[in-house]
Amino acid sequence: MTRKEVIQIRRDARSLLIVVAMPVILILTFGYAISLDVKHVPVYVFDREGSQPSQDLLKHFQASDYFNLVRAVDNYPALIRAIDDGSCQLALVIPPDFSQKLQDGGAVHVQALVDGSDANSATLALNYSQAVIQAYSAQVQLEWLSLRGQTGAQPPLSVDARTWFNEDLESVAGIVPGVVAIVMSVVGSFLTALTIAREWERGTMEQLISTPVTPLEIMLGKLAPYVVIGMFDIALCAAIGVGWFHVPFRGKWSVFFGSSALFLMVVLSLGYFISVVAKSQLAASQAALIATFLPAFLLSGFLFPIDQMPAVIQVVTHVIPARYFVSIMRSVFLKGSPLVFLMNDLAALAVFALALTLLATRAFKKQLG
Amino acid sequence: MLRRIRYMLIKEFIQVFRDKRSRFLLFGPPLIQMLVFGYAATLEIHHASTAVLDLDNTQESRELIAHFTASPYFDVRARLANRREIGELIDRGEIVLALQIRAGFAEKLRKGQTAPLQVIVDSANSNTALVALGYVNQVAARFAGDYQADRLHRLMPQAMAVMPSVELEGRPWFNPDLESRWFFVPGVIGNLILIMVVTLTAFAVVREREIGTLEQIMVTPIRRVEFILGKTVPFFLIGLLDAALISAVGTLWFQVPFRGSIAVLALGTVLFLLGALGVGLFISTISATQQQAMVSGFFFIMPAIIFSGFGTPISSMPPWLQKLTYLDPLRYFQVVLRSLYLKGVGLDVLWPQMAAMAAFGVVMLAVSVIRFQKSLD
Repeated sequence: MTRKEVIQIRRDARSLLIVVAMPVILILTFGYAISLDVKHVPVYVFDREGSQPSQDLLKHFQASDYFNLVRAVDNYPALIRAIDDGSCQLALVIPPDFSQKLQDGGAVHVQALVDGSDANSATLALNYSQAVIQAYSAQVQLEWLSLRGQTGAQPPLSVDARTWFNEDLESVAGIVPGVVAIVMSVVGSFLTALTIAREWERGTMEQLISTPVTPLEIMLGKLAPYVVIGMFDIALCAAIGVGWFHVPFRGKWSVFFGSSALFLMVVLSLGYFISVVAKSQLAASQAALIATFLPAFLLSGFLFPIDQMPAVIQVVTHVIPARYFVSIMRSVFLKGSPLVFLMNDLAALAVFALALTLLATRAFKKQLG
Repeated sequence: MLRRIRYMLIKEFIQVFRDKRSRFLLFGPPLIQMLVFGYAATLEIHHASTAVLDLDNTQESRELIAHFTASPYFDVRARLANRREIGELIDRGEIVLALQIRAGFAEKLRKGQTAPLQVIVDSANSNTALVALGYVNQVAARFAGDYQADRLHRLMPQAMAVMPSVELEGRPWFNPDLESRWFFVPGVIGNLILIMVVTLTAFAVVREREIGTLEQIMVTPIRRVEFILGKTVPFFLIGLLDAALISAVGTLWFQVPFRGSIAVLALGTVLFLLGALGVGLFISTISATQQQAMVSGFFFIMPAIIFSGFGTPISSMPPWLQKLTYLDPLRYFQVVLRSLYLKGVGLDVLWPQMAAMAAFGVVMLAVSVIRFQKSLD
């Protein structure tokens, strides 16, 4: 039974290539392309004063890695046009009485017009501008104080930030654990969902059933090769993540492979279940996409933080196996936390694996009857 | 000829709308995806779960913490007694960040020295960490400003009013509350159209080939061009219908404003659909089985979505990859969608994107049709 499936896969040389190429391509595209970091934001400047202090402030922006002052303009319409066509993401407008107001005292407002259509980049860009302005303001104030005899004045507070697990705040370090879950979902469900659906569509399933093979045997035979493929792919993912993208690996390999095997069982049974129910390959592929790939991408918390989702969706994430798997992968790669902390996640995965295997075999029996 | 095409179209539509399940396949999956995306894809941070370790326990340190509790960005969930607990809470994923104030904090402040506030952030998700740190800095700066003003008021009461300060007045255009949803919902429309049209087109042809009915059709007097039209026109129409449906959900359900012109949106969608149909046909010429078609489709669709700037900004990608994204038709459609929804600009701004999509569509369709005719021989 397994041998039949192996032969079928091997005969299709392209499938075999896909098995190797898929994780490689997925992890490379995600690793390189999914980065939410904001750097070199294109900035337009409308300096309505053009004085020494205003230029001094702009130098602060120029010195920052986050901004790229691309152009100075002298009217509003030019700014609006640039924001409309996307060539400028942030526009700084310095008021005409900037230096006068600095001398008179009180608050001077510098405007930052930001293209808010990409909300996250806009938030980050505003945060960075805020930091630049604050630093400049503090410098102005200290100068002002020392002119008035308050020598040696220092800023009252400093923020000393420590980023744990991902010290350099590299996107890719957080992405790779999520990609592992996505690769598993794709291999586990996309590929398997089609195998059974194909047999139904071609009518070979009836032939299989007429042989003295039990439903459980059929399922095991169908899935065994994909277990091997899945485990191979996951090792490949880890190798690229650690070897190529330099994502740290701080946990235990036994936990990594153990939890991957569990998750593989989950996605395989899910794919099998879908294919038994869907019967047509088109339906099976769509269902597999919605049931596995989409949740692994959206609801697993690897990119979009779960605690920021609406309450209803947060509840839904509890029935998404990928959620637990991503949490384990994060811990294994970045946190290296002791096994005790992972028990809940592992238990949840085990329950899913068991329940889905039962569900899939029962659905298959029913389909026969 | 028109009659044959009509019959071909009727056959395709019957096949597509045959039963409940296939009808559901046309509109169900896109709707579900739209809803999940609209609700789940949030990158903004509110009420980040925070723990506080105050080892100074003075009026000043409590004042600083009060600044954090008052902020909508932080939700102080736990007050800790020792440093070990921070590690445990972060390991368990119960908090995203911890604030630590060392003993001697107030003393330093009173002496006019710089007092440190230590922040520990779980940066397994680097974006969350970055955004949260930005807010920490803002709150800290507000505290510092208040404290400085207070001290000055004590030292030289008359000078208080005239100390200069520079403040940033952030004005987000198009999306004043900087909601992620406004960014993702228009983008999802492009993704879904691409997914639906490419897979439906590719599967429609490959299924006939796999079942063997393709030969049967080819022995009928139908011409190849007619066959191709019969296989593409239904999905073109379904694609348009899906686009209208999901756009309606985006506007009516998620309340994302639509500020552009519907005619320009329709034009953009039609141009984009040409390319998507071309890709679907192309995949059908290189696949013998539906499984192959699906995998090939996946290999095109997945990078197309990621590289389009749908979820993450193209400007953050490595330069060589940024150049590659110019080959991605979805990249242009995303700009068109977001500009029409949020910015409300017109063809005068969007013509380069439209031209790029038209060029991609024509080239892709031409190549596919030529290949397709060969593959039928």
